[in-house]
Amino acid sequence: MKNKIATLIACVFALSAQAQNTVATNETTASVMRSNGKIYVVVAVVLTILFGLIAYVIRLDRKITRLEKEA
Amino acid sequence: MQFNWLKISAIILLVYAIVGGLLLPVPELSQLGETIRNLYYHVCMWFAMMILYTISIIHSIKYLRNGKIEHDIKAVSYAGTGTYMGLLGYATGAIWASYTWADPNNPAYASFGSIMREPKLIGAATALLIYGAYFILRSSIADLDQRARVSAVYNIFSYAMLFPSIWIIPRLLPSLHPGQEGNPALNFNDIDARMRMVFYPAVLGWTFMGVWITTLVIRYKLLTEKKWIHNEK
Repeated sequence: MKNKIATLIACVFALSAQAQNTVATNETTASVMRSNGKIYVVVAVVLTILFGLIAYVIRLDRKITRLEKEA
Repeated sequence: MQFNWLKISAIILLVYAIVGGLLLPVPELSQLGETIRNLYYHVCMWFAMMILYTISIIHSIKYLRNGKIEHDIKAVSYAGTGTYMGLLGYATGAIWASYTWADPNNPAYASFGSIMREPKLIGAATALLIYGAYFILRSSIADLDQRARVSAVYNIFSYAMLFPSIWIIPRLLPSLHPGQEGNPALNFNDIDARMRMVFYPAVLGWTFMGVWITTLVIRYKLLTEKKWIHNEK
């Protein structure tokens, strides 16, 4: 599980590095995040919140599982 | 913890509901504009509430049939999450209405006065308050078995009250809220095919999320219950 999380984090960093590249090398063509009235920024924000909430629920689930094993 | 089908499909469906709900095309409507996308979030809250209340009443009936305290715990947990989702539906509806129903040319209190006279809003508030009384009733009885029995009976009553207050009476009165003519979003001739592709998965996703959270509440309550019984002995 820890390896999977590390891979996921690495993937996210790779994505942001790629985004930096497109903006730096090509100023005129808008990146995906800047197209369509920047709606993708909203999608990214809402997804971040959703993933944050899901992570919280998963953490709670784990904690309760541990308590159940102790009880 | 275990990742079962419920948790995995809740995550996948919610990601789809947000990405698809914000990016996929929707019909162009004069008054609503892009806010029609709220169908995937605001309406889903009410659908999830209704489904969770239904699970709750099933557990209440089970409790009355066999008297196992865990059914009582399940019933109150599902009713709790259902009420929470109903409150979220109310709050999101208030935001939505203030940008589509309220007339910007009138002072805010004039629009507020007419919006608050909406039968759908009053009905939904009544239904939620009846469930609020359910929790007050529960917490006011100290004896475990009596509390479970009385609140199970009251739960059946409050579920029955859902039907006049949110399904029947709002449809008999004129209202700005859609749903006068039947079941909006459920009717196949009524909802746009493109929106149906997102709406139904979104309903399932939010409901599964509600069920997942409720299972956590149930497990937590069962744990405290066990501890309490151990101390008693």
